[in-house]
Amino acid sequence: MSTAQAEKTEVVFEAVIGIECHVELKTQTKMFCGCRNVFGGEPNTNVCPVCLGMPGSLPVPNRLAIEQMIRAGLAFGAQIPAFSKFDRKNYFYPDMPKDYQISQYDMPLTQGGVVEFWMLDGARGSCRLERIHLEEDTGKSTHAGSADGRIAGSTYSLVDFNRAGVPLMECVSKPDLHSAPQAVAYLEALKRTFVALDVSDVKMEEGSLRCDANVSIRPLGATELGTKTEIKNMNSFRSVQRAIDSEIARQTAIVASGGRVSQETRGWDEAAGVTHLMRSKEKAHDYRYFPDPDLTPMEIPGSEVQRLREELPALPQARLDRFILRDKLSVTQANQIVDTPGLGDYYEASLEISKRPQATVNFILGDISRLANEHGVRADQSKITPGAVAQLVELTESGTINSKTVKDLIERLWVGGGLPKDIVEVEGLAQVSDLGEIDGLVRDVLAANEKTVVDFKAGKTKVMGFLVGQVMKASRGKANPTIVEERLRMVLGAP
Amino acid sequence: MFEKSATQIARAVRMREISSMEIVEKAIACVEKREPAVGAFLSKTYDAARAAARRVDARVGAGEELPLAGVPLGIKDNLCVEGTRTTCASKILGDWVAPYTATAVRRLLDAGALPIGKANMDEFAMGSSCENSALGVTRNPRDLTRVPGGSSGGSAAAVAAGMTSIALGSDTGGSIREPAAFCGIVGFKPTYGRVSRYGLIAFASSLDQIGPLTTSVEDAALVYDVMAGKDEYDATSLDRRVELTSGHLREDLKGVRIGLVREFDLGVLDSAVRTQYEQAYGDLEKLGAKITEVALPSAEHGLATYYLIAPAECSSNLARFDGMRYGLRVQENDVTLTYERTRAAGFGDEVKRRILIGTHALSSGYYDAYYVRAQKARTLIAADFARAFEKCDLIACPAAASGAFAFNAKSDPYSMYLMDYYTIPMSLAGLPSLSVPCGYATPSDSSVPLPLGLELTGPLFEERRLLGAAHAYERATRHATRIPMPSLENVRI
Repeated sequence: MSTAQAEKTEVVFEAVIGIECHVELKTQTKMFCGCRNVFGGEPNTNVCPVCLGMPGSLPVPNRLAIEQMIRAGLAFGAQIPAFSKFDRKNYFYPDMPKDYQISQYDMPLTQGGVVEFWMLDGARGSCRLERIHLEEDTGKSTHAGSADGRIAGSTYSLVDFNRAGVPLMECVSKPDLHSAPQAVAYLEALKRTFVALDVSDVKMEEGSLRCDANVSIRPLGATELGTKTEIKNMNSFRSVQRAIDSEIARQTAIVASGGRVSQETRGWDEAAGVTHLMRSKEKAHDYRYFPDPDLTPMEIPGSEVQRLREELPALPQARLDRFILRDKLSVTQANQIVDTPGLGDYYEASLEISKRPQATVNFILGDISRLANEHGVRADQSKITPGAVAQLVELTESGTINSKTVKDLIERLWVGGGLPKDIVEVEGLAQVSDLGEIDGLVRDVLAANEKTVVDFKAGKTKVMGFLVGQVMKASRGKANPTIVEERLRMVLGAP
Repeated sequence: MFEKSATQIARAVRMREISSMEIVEKAIACVEKREPAVGAFLSKTYDAARAAARRVDARVGAGEELPLAGVPLGIKDNLCVEGTRTTCASKILGDWVAPYTATAVRRLLDAGALPIGKANMDEFAMGSSCENSALGVTRNPRDLTRVPGGSSGGSAAAVAAGMTSIALGSDTGGSIREPAAFCGIVGFKPTYGRVSRYGLIAFASSLDQIGPLTTSVEDAALVYDVMAGKDEYDATSLDRRVELTSGHLREDLKGVRIGLVREFDLGVLDSAVRTQYEQAYGDLEKLGAKITEVALPSAEHGLATYYLIAPAECSSNLARFDGMRYGLRVQENDVTLTYERTRAAGFGDEVKRRILIGTHALSSGYYDAYYVRAQKARTLIAADFARAFEKCDLIACPAAASGAFAFNAKSDPYSMYLMDYYTIPMSLAGLPSLSVPCGYATPSDSSVPLPLGLELTGPLFEERRLLGAAHAYERATRHATRIPMPSLENVRI
């Protein structure tokens, strides 16, 4: 390649993304005191001397939270070290009662692990975890007096400590992600795993899942990392996607025009669709971590880890792999089944009998899910049993009932339960494909609609639909519509 | 008033020879007379004491066997008592009223003690003379021109002056033992973790330990037995059976091996002081103890080690005093300035000094050189003690290098830090350690004989052995009452 050509070649950039997630653990009580771990409530009502950091109060760790953390790590194949400890992260902030946060620095409860995920386009990806560590949540600040609720320009701030001391796990990924959709797929994988483990509500709108993204770009093929920015204030998966896309575009524009990205924290502005500078990170904050002398180091016996590992539930990623690779479902279908409570088991139980994945999933994600949504009842807790689903598949695939009958049948099963084959047999709902029977009906209908026959023969072929409908009606919906049309055309001498 | 010990008072109340209501009024009358001279208290809690006395009398009447029935109690002002102003002798806490009661205090109150007042101290327990209190001056009842020691100076003075029969103090590097020695009473720091720290406003969490100041070893054992033991509100409290000490006090030291520390050379002491300690060691031997020499080669690093670890922890523990939620607030227009002005106005010089030292020691780039090395030195010191206790059962040494000193005599911080030279190593090793009166020395510039304390230290968890032996020494020597306390009533200051 000549020099001139090389200069003309546009440099292609690759984004490098790491995600830090804060996930509130679902426990009865807070991390270090006996206050209930619940969302909301009147401000500063769910507090005690410990979570308010009152002088003389001391933290006592919540055993369940530690177990939940270990389970979360195990679900991603993380290492669980035999020793772990809590450290203090020191910095002043009004919503932090002690002006230090009990966190974990160099000996987190879990290290490593891999999060695997499917992209909507069918690609399978993965992202390594650096660590997951346990810490306490802070209170929540509300800034008053400014037009937009931001701290800048506010005249005073209010703090609600109900959230202070809620157990929080921080999941730090390695910078293995390269696009916004990958980042979202990673987050969805985390979320569905935590839901399956029942360790968190994982609700972004309630703040039980909060995430920041570290974004940098580099020329494709380069191994060194570029200067990163940290993006905050993303309130939904959609805003994560938009924010990362916007930030990649911003950085690419800077570098393409010969500039340099500076290390800083940027906030996502949902309305404007851009990130804006929050603070420069040139001066790294010194948190003066040191082991918390109020908490003794934790010893985690291997036998305990083994017990927790053995008690893990079926993990969603393994299910997704099965549904996509074995059953050949689309990623969207598989996600929908796995992400709807109870639907995974329901599908698997139905499939066990029906042996036909696509037909089974069509029923479950189609009419059955529609009814479930309309009635606010989970499909797996409805009157339509997996056995009934399997029979619906069989009856349709064999052509025993037509699509109209199927819809009616599902409605009836939803209300009254029972097995489709029994109903079809007792009520004679089987599709009529017998030519003699259908020809008789065709004759009757043509005799009764002489004018329409004239129209048809004059070229008004659209009336065929009407005639088919009349025959179907005469059969009380049971005739096979394909055969009906065939016979009509034959009798009328149409091609 | 308190010719009678806590043990005797509680027995008399249980026998209904006297009621708690009578005792509480006597105690209050006594405080009213002596407190103007001594200044032991930052708050008097007479209402709480009277209410407690009523409850105790009712419980005794119902047949409850309360080990501390009707015993007047002083409480160091870094211990939370619900509904009571708790200040740590600092301006920064303002008029903060504790919303809950410390576990150690709770246990004493449940056992029948009567809370007479909150005792003065060095601000946030940082000091060895009580002079760092921002809220009041406490004088040594033995000589009102001298300090009571510290940081539990108010607690020691209250007991020495007979205003309460027992008091609670806290000891981080000697803060119970040194004032007990200065005031001529018994001060006992149990093994780290024996007594719950819940409700003790932290100075240095890995060193702080609550303990009793009393007029006798027997009373110290009584109080210890009531308050020791696992507390679900303190994760560092020991989950280990407590051996009761009260029934195990000895009358002799036969078969007890007592180690004298090679590195603690009595030759550096003033001759009058040295003579007393030499005599004390002789008395131990006369009681049947076998005296042996032990080595603590790392103990010389105790002071340096302590003055990294304790400030490091305090820099973090005291961060919460920021003017946001309670205590003093110097209101400014932005939060950072409010923090700065509040803390500048609220903390005294010694507290600021230690926060600065600690912040520096934990800073990135210095952490390994200071904090990590100090932790290693601490491990070496603890290992020295473990080796020494292979050769002996208890260690004896001075509780302090001198008797009480005059106000303003130790104006540079380092000379004040040196006051804890003999007590800090034991704190770093978490060991049970106490000071028991061992005689008097009259300083060259005074005619008042000042008490001295013998420090006895045991291996971890050996409170029973320690108190048992200290009792034998105390009974044989009776130094505490050998020279009568000067009158404290109608004294003009």
